[in-house]
Amino acid sequence: MSLLLKNVSLPLAHFTLKVDFEVRSRVTAVFGPSGAGKTSLLDLVAGLRAARSAFIQLDDCVLTDTAKSISVPVHQRGIGYVPQDLALFPHLSVRRNLLYGRKSGGAGDPLFSFEHVTDVLEIQPLVSRGVTELSGGEKQRVALARALLASPRLLLLDEPLASLDSPLKEKIIPYLSRIRDEFRIPTLCVTHDRFEALALADEIVVLVDGRVVQTGPVPEVFTRPANAEVARLVAIETLQPGSVIRMSEGLATVSVNRVTLTALAPAATSHEVLVCIRGEDVILQRDAASASSVRNRLSARVLSLRPQGALVRVELDAGFPLFALVTRSACAELNLREGEPITALIKAPAIHLVPR
Amino acid sequence: MTGEDWHVVWFTAWVSASSTLAILPFGLALAWVLARRNWPGKSLLETFVSLPLVMPPVATGLILLKILGRRGAIGGWFHDQFNLDIIFTWRAVLIALGVMSFPLLVHFARVAFEEVNPRLEQIARTLGAGGWRVFFTITLPLAARGITAGLILAFARALGEFGATIMVAGNIPGKTSTLSLSIFQNVQLGEDSHAFRLLGVSVVLAFAAVWSSQFLMHRKCKTK
Repeated sequence: MSLLLKNVSLPLAHFTLKVDFEVRSRVTAVFGPSGAGKTSLLDLVAGLRAARSAFIQLDDCVLTDTAKSISVPVHQRGIGYVPQDLALFPHLSVRRNLLYGRKSGGAGDPLFSFEHVTDVLEIQPLVSRGVTELSGGEKQRVALARALLASPRLLLLDEPLASLDSPLKEKIIPYLSRIRDEFRIPTLCVTHDRFEALALADEIVVLVDGRVVQTGPVPEVFTRPANAEVARLVAIETLQPGSVIRMSEGLATVSVNRVTLTALAPAATSHEVLVCIRGEDVILQRDAASASSVRNRLSARVLSLRPQGALVRVELDAGFPLFALVTRSACAELNLREGEPITALIKAPAIHLVPR
Repeated sequence: MTGEDWHVVWFTAWVSASSTLAILPFGLALAWVLARRNWPGKSLLETFVSLPLVMPPVATGLILLKILGRRGAIGGWFHDQFNLDIIFTWRAVLIALGVMSFPLLVHFARVAFEEVNPRLEQIARTLGAGGWRVFFTITLPLAARGITAGLILAFARALGEFGATIMVAGNIPGKTSTLSLSIFQNVQLGEDSHAFRLLGVSVVLAFAAVWSSQFLMHRKCKTK
């Protein structure tokens, strides 16, 4: 899949959305704070908004070219859109909602059968109900299934998890992963949640105040933010692949490069995970301290010290690369020097496990 | 109730229902345009459409009389082309009732359309539905309750119309006489008991219209 957006300019209330990028991955996250223009960007791609200028091409099909006055009508674009409020049709049953996109096109065979989609998303038992009788998570799955059943060439998801509370969010993520792996439809997914992006996307486009500030593979953008603004938004200094050894009492024991860590167990059971630790959550300590509530106590060696404004970024070798952010004064007090041993403390809730 | 009274009742119900149905497509089209489109000078059209609601009905009737008369723009054309008269015929009653109830229908239908979340229409389009399909499968069903309310009020307004009708259609027994005109005439002639009988029929008609539509709407909600 290739989605190309060139010379896009769309005046919004407080700024002008100006973007220029191309994505080629299967799932791309459009990441940014609220009000950055993410939804407007999806609306432009879907054809629901007209830009002052834009060239939008999906694979070899030009969807919008303002210079040549080309604009493929929304209903002929073949782009599935699941908006943040889901927009399920309240006067239709779940079945009729699901089949709404089926009756339209008529051309060609549908990509997926009704049974397949409803099976994968586990909504078979819901089809005879009214949409007003569904719970939040069920509505989400029905909206996703409705978009898929219209056989889209591209799927646009606007904050698919934002309206759900935490436990429900973790239940929906596996369904989104299934859509990614089972149906293999190129997806543009708007999110402002780092972990959502990590769990779902291959590539990321970081959008701030209507401008793209960085694009690239997710781990790269998260570990090597292009500037301070992106760093503030996304930075997770330590991202390491790990495997869950066991789970008990809500805690997971994870092995990262043969170092064992204790973290809160993720809701979705997955053996392979991405271990995420933010630099400010790593505490450095000189002495092998007495008992404390901290679950992870790692013997490490300081590899490098890099000042970043008021903070110092400390690169450690704890059996795997680990980064800590400490204040300059703390750095001086601890008398940190390259090559010296140090103890790194990380509380279990500060270690985030993202299923892969 | 005499045979002539029953004729008046039947004629009033028929002409009110016909005028309401006749303005329905135009009313819905205008209401949709006002609800979903913006253009410079839109408020002028909105004001113009509302005029029959606020102007004295007799004044509206006078304007219609001028336009629909044999020497009027529309009436003259009909007379020349089809040798058809509008003034002082049932056609004039139909038009007068339609014009007087049009703003009510447009107002209610417009509010009903505005209450339909545009996002639903947009998402229906992303699912491959063209403009007409979106209108008939999403917009119209979701606005149906408001539109039904507008239709009932337009019908009720037509049932009770007096001023404009008497200007353009007079009160010709057996031809253009409606319930309101007959009640007025009977009171004028001192036949109060006759007028009260027609009044009773008016109440029954109005009650039946409003009650049956409410019944329909409740049933519709339950079957959803």
